[in-house]
Amino acid sequence: MIRKTEKNTLLQSETLRDTVVRYVLMILMVIVFFGLILLIYGINPIQSYKDIFSSTLGSAYGFSEVVVAMIPMLITALAVAIPWQVGLINVGGEGQLYIGAAFATWGALTFSSLPAYILLPLMIVLGMLGGALWSFIPAYMKAIGLVNETITALLLNSVAPKLVGFLIFGYWHSAMDTVKTANFVSAARLPTFFGTRIHLGLIIALVLLICFWFVMKYTRWGLEMRSIGGNSHAALRNGLPVKAYLIIVACIGGAIGGLAGMTQVSGFYGVLVNNFSTGTGFMGFLICWLAGGKPLGILLMSFVVAVITAGGNMLQLTQDLPYAVINILLAFTLFIVLARPSFFGRNKA
Amino acid sequence: MQNSNASKTTGEPSVSLRGITKSFPGVAANDHIDLDIYGGEIHALLGENGAGKSVLMKILYGFYHADAGEILLDGKPVSIQSPHDARNLHIGMVFQGLNMIPVLNVWENIALFLPDLKPMLDYKRIEHRITEMSERYNLKVHPHKRVSEISIGEQQKVEILKLLLSDARVLILDEPTDVLAPHEVEAFFGVLDSLRKDGYAIILITHKMKDVLECADRISVLRGGRLAGTMLRDEATEEKLISLMFEKEVPGLKTKPGESRDKGAEPLLELRDVATGTQGAGSCLKNVNLKIYPGEIVGVAGVSGNGQKELCDVILGMEPSTGGKKLLYGKDLTNASIGTMRKNKVAFIPEHPMSMATVPFMTVLENMSLTKTKRYARRGGFSVDWEAVEADVEETKERLELPPVPLYRLAKTLSGGNLQRMVITREMVDNPELIIASYFTRGLDVQSTIAARQALVKAREGGAAVLLVSEDFDELFTISDRMVVLFGGEIVGEFKPEDTNIYEIGYLMTGSEVRHDTEN
Amino acid sequence: MTTLAILGVLSSALFSGTSLLYATLGEIIGQRSGVINLGLEGTLLVSAASGFAVTSITGNPYLGTLVAVIAGGLTNMILGYLVIERGANQLASGLALMFFGYGLSAMIGKAYVGAKIEGLPRIALPGISNLPTLYSSLLSFDILVYLAVPVAILVWWMLFRTRWGLGLRATGENTDAAFSSGRNPKRIRYQSLFIGGLLAGLGAAHLSIAYTMTWAEHMTAGRGFIAIALVIFSRWNPLQAIGGALIFSGAVAFQLLLQSSGVQVSPLLLDTIPYVITLLVLIAMGGTRKQSTPAMLGRVFSGSE
Repeated sequence: MIRKTEKNTLLQSETLRDTVVRYVLMILMVIVFFGLILLIYGINPIQSYKDIFSSTLGSAYGFSEVVVAMIPMLITALAVAIPWQVGLINVGGEGQLYIGAAFATWGALTFSSLPAYILLPLMIVLGMLGGALWSFIPAYMKAIGLVNETITALLLNSVAPKLVGFLIFGYWHSAMDTVKTANFVSAARLPTFFGTRIHLGLIIALVLLICFWFVMKYTRWGLEMRSIGGNSHAALRNGLPVKAYLIIVACIGGAIGGLAGMTQVSGFYGVLVNNFSTGTGFMGFLICWLAGGKPLGILLMSFVVAVITAGGNMLQLTQDLPYAVINILLAFTLFIVLARPSFFGRNKA
Repeated sequence: MQNSNASKTTGEPSVSLRGITKSFPGVAANDHIDLDIYGGEIHALLGENGAGKSVLMKILYGFYHADAGEILLDGKPVSIQSPHDARNLHIGMVFQGLNMIPVLNVWENIALFLPDLKPMLDYKRIEHRITEMSERYNLKVHPHKRVSEISIGEQQKVEILKLLLSDARVLILDEPTDVLAPHEVEAFFGVLDSLRKDGYAIILITHKMKDVLECADRISVLRGGRLAGTMLRDEATEEKLISLMFEKEVPGLKTKPGESRDKGAEPLLELRDVATGTQGAGSCLKNVNLKIYPGEIVGVAGVSGNGQKELCDVILGMEPSTGGKKLLYGKDLTNASIGTMRKNKVAFIPEHPMSMATVPFMTVLENMSLTKTKRYARRGGFSVDWEAVEADVEETKERLELPPVPLYRLAKTLSGGNLQRMVITREMVDNPELIIASYFTRGLDVQSTIAARQALVKAREGGAAVLLVSEDFDELFTISDRMVVLFGGEIVGEFKPEDTNIYEIGYLMTGSEVRHDTEN
Repeated sequence: MTTLAILGVLSSALFSGTSLLYATLGEIIGQRSGVINLGLEGTLLVSAASGFAVTSITGNPYLGTLVAVIAGGLTNMILGYLVIERGANQLASGLALMFFGYGLSAMIGKAYVGAKIEGLPRIALPGISNLPTLYSSLLSFDILVYLAVPVAILVWWMLFRTRWGLGLRATGENTDAAFSSGRNPKRIRYQSLFIGGLLAGLGAAHLSIAYTMTWAEHMTAGRGFIAIALVIFSRWNPLQAIGGALIFSGAVAFQLLLQSSGVQVSPLLLDTIPYVITLLVLIAMGGTRKQSTPAMLGRVFSGSE
C-alpha cells in the first residue's frame, strides 16, 4: 500500500513536468515571434524588450498596471475554463461581460445611497445574475433542441453592447455625456490598493481561481464535472445527471463572465461607458485555451498576455508600432497550440 | 422460391480467396481462408459473431488489408488497397446498417456512387438509368424522394441499385435481411434470384439459417476465423450446418456453479411486454417478457444485433421503452432515469470499458468512485473520501476474490483486460442486487475471465440477480441457472442449461423454427 | 414616406447587403462540407484591407478586388490547415483566426486609413440613367452588386447540379459515405474553404472598395458573425441566402431611416433589430433546422484505418 504522499507526488511530478515544459515553450515562442515582428518593423527587439521590461516589470507602477490589466482577463478566462470542464465551449464571454456590467450598473445607480459593504456584494450578485442570464439563453435553446448554442451566443455577443448602449443613452446617462453614465459613487466602487489602480477585483479573481482549483480537484462536484467532460457517455451510464449539469455549468460560466463585467465597471472604470470592452471576452477565451484550462496556467498566461498588451501599448506610443501586432502575436501562439505539434506534450481534448 | 442448382459452376470461379489471414490486436480474425465464388450463384457465408465473415468480405472490398494471402479475379491475382480499387474491379458491398445520406434524394445517393458521373449532373439521364435497372430486377424506388422519407426496405433497394449501376458484378451483402419486414424478405429473395440468373456473383453474409436454406446455392461456414466447411445446397442440412458453426457438441463444465439459491417468490426484475424503438428493425425489442429472481444468473444467448443492446439499455434506463412495464421488486420503474436505477442497486458491466464506462484521463481510483459519488461525498460534497473508495475496493476484491487493480495509474494506460477488471470491481461495490453483464469477458485473458465469472457466481451466492448477455457458450452453459435466446428482438426460447445443448440454442439463434431433439 | 425615402432604403439595403451575401455564400459552401469558420470576420478584414491597400497604391480598383479575393481564399486556408490537417477544434481555431484577422488587417491597412480611392465605378442600367439625377444616382450600383444574385445562383448550381457539389454535400452529411464512394473528404474540404474564402474576399472587396471606399480598423463590424447566422437562417441554401441578406440589410437600412426621420426609438435599440430578428427566426425555424444542418458540421474526419 503506497503511502499517500508518495503516490501524490508520483502523479504530480509527471504532470508538473509536462506543464512546465509547455509553458516555457509557449513563452519562448511568444518572445521569439514578437522579436521577429519587431525586426520586420525595423525596430530593435532587444532594446524593445528592455523597454518593455523596465516599463512593466521594472517599476512598481508599471507592474501594478500590468496587474490591473490582468484582472478582467483572469475572470473571463475562468468563464471559459469552468464550462470547459464539462466539455462546453463558452464563446459568449463578450456578451456576458456587458450584461453583467449593465446589471451591476443598475445596482450602482439605483442603490447609490447604500453603504459599500452592502452595495458591493449586491452589485456582484447582480453582475453574476446578468451574465448567467446571458448564457442561459443559448444553453436553454440548445437543450430544447432549437438553435445551435454557439450561434446564439455569438449573436447575443453583438446584441449586448448595443443593448447596454441603449440603456445608457436612454436611461442612465449622466447630465453631461450621453455615452456614459454618471460616475459611480464611491460606495459602488471596488476599493483599490496601495495607491495603485489595482482593485478588489484582483482578490475576487484570485479567490475564484483558488475555488475553481479546489472544487475541481477535491470536491464531489468537481469529480462529477470532470467525468462528464472526460466521457459524457460513460457519465450517463454511470448515473450522473448530465443534462442538468450542462445547463447549470453553462450558467455558472456566464455568471463569471458577468462578474468580470462588474469588476471592470466598478473597479476599473467607475462608470459605465458605451463599448467599454476591448475584446476582453475573447481575450479570456484565448488565454484559457493557451493555458489548457488549468488554473495555474490561467494565472500565468493572463500575466504574460497582460505584459504583452502593456508592452504593445508602450511600443505603440514610443515606436509607432501598431497595436494590431499584439493580436497577430496572440493569434499565432494560439494557432501553434491548436496545431498540437508533438513537442508540446499531450494537450487536453 | 425454388433453389436452382443450375449455377454456372463450370469453369473458373469469379473470385478466389487464397490463404487470407488477418489479425487485429489479440484477435485472429481470419486464419488462412480459401474461398471460391462463382458467377451466377448465391454464396452464403454463414457463421456466428466473431467468426470472421465481415472481416473477410471487407478485405475483399478493400476496407481492410489482409496480412497474408491473395485475391484472384477470374484467375488473375489482383491488389485491392481501398474500396476505390474494389469498385474498379466491379466488386460492390452493401454494409450492415446501410450507408445512405438521409437528406439527399434517392437519385443523388445513387449518383454519388456512379463511377462515370459527368461533372454536370444530368438528372434525367440518371433517372432513366435507375428506372431501367430497377425494372429489370424489380427494385422499385422513388428517385425524387429524400432517403429519410422512404422505408428501410426501399433504402436497401437503393443500396443494391447503387451497386448494379456502378457495374459491380460481384455483390457482397452483409446481413441484408436484418432490416426487412417478413414480407419484404420474400421479394428480396426474388430480386436475388433474378440477379443470379443474369450471372452476378452474390455473397450473402448471414447468421440466419432460414435465409441460407431458402436461397443459397453454395454455403460456406466460418468458425473462429477459419473455414469450417463448404457445401452445395443439396448437401446441406440444418444439423450439418449447425455442427460446423458451433465448435463443440457439449460444453465442458469447468467451474461447477454450485447449488442454485432458493428462489424467492418475488422476481427481482420483471419485464412485461417491453418494446423499444420503432418496430421493424431486427434489433428492437418486441413483447419481451422476462423475470429474474434473486440468487440466479439468467444467461442471454443470441447473435449480437438481435436486441441484446436494447435489452440491457432498457433495463438500465438508457433506452426508453415504447411499451410495456419494467418492475424492480414490484416497483414500477418503467422509464426511470439511470440515476434512479443505480440508486436501486442496479449495476452494469458493459462490453467496452474504455468508451462506455471509464474516463481515460482519470486515475483508476477516481474512476472507481464515479457510480457512487454521493456515497463518497463528505462535508456536503466539499470533499471526497478517497479512503472510503479504497476500502470499498478492497472489500469487494476480498469478497469476490478478484485480483487487485492498480489504483494510481491513469485509466487509459490500462490494458483492456485490466480495465474490465476495474469496472467489474467497481460495479460490485456495496453488493448490487441486479447486475447486468453485457459481453463482459470479451477480450479478456483466461485468468481475468475466470476471475470475472467467479465474481458473478459469488454475487449470485450473495443473493444478487444477474443478467448475463454473452456470445460465449462456455460462459453461458457453465454459470447460468437459466438461459434465454434472443432473436429479432424477441425471446424465442427458455431453458435450463442441463436440459439443452448447443444445437438447440444454435437453431434458435439462427431463427430456425424447428427444434430438434438430440441425443446427449 | 416619400418615394425618395423608399428608394434610399432600397439602395442602402442593396449596397450593404451585397458584401453580406457574398460572405454568406462563401460560408455556406464551407459549412456544407462540414467546416464552420468562426473566423470569417478575420477573413473579411484581411481581404478588405489588402484590397483597399492595393487599390490605393495602384489606383486600379479591379486589381484591388482581385487581391482581396485571393487574400480571402488564402486566409481561409489557415483555418483549413488547422482544422483539416491537425484536427483542431473548429470553434477555437475560428476565433484564433478572427484575432489574427484583426491584427493583420490593421497592420496592412494602417498606412491607408483615411486614404481616398477611386472605387469601383457605379453604373446605372439603361433606363434608369434617364431618370432625374436624384433617382438615378440612388439606383446606380457597382458591378459587384449586379453580380450578387447571379453569383448566388451560380453557387446554388455548383452545389446542386454538379458532381463536385454532390461530393461536397455528401462530405458534409456523411463523411464516411463520401469516402467510400472514392472521394477524398480532406481535399474536398480544402477546396470548399478556399472557394468560400474567395467569395468572402469578394464581399470584403465590395465593402472597402465599392461601398464605403474607405478603410478603418474593424470596419466589417461583425458582418462575419452575421453571415454565419444568415447561413443558418437560409438553411444552407444559397438562394434563400439572397432573401436572408436582403432582410437583414433591409432591416438595417430601414432602421437608419427611422432614426433619421426622428422616430423616438433609440438608434441603439434599433441597431439590435437585425440580430434579434435573426435570432427569432432561428428560434422559429427551430425543429426544422435540425434537418438542414450538415450532419458532419464541426466533426473531425480521420480517414481510413
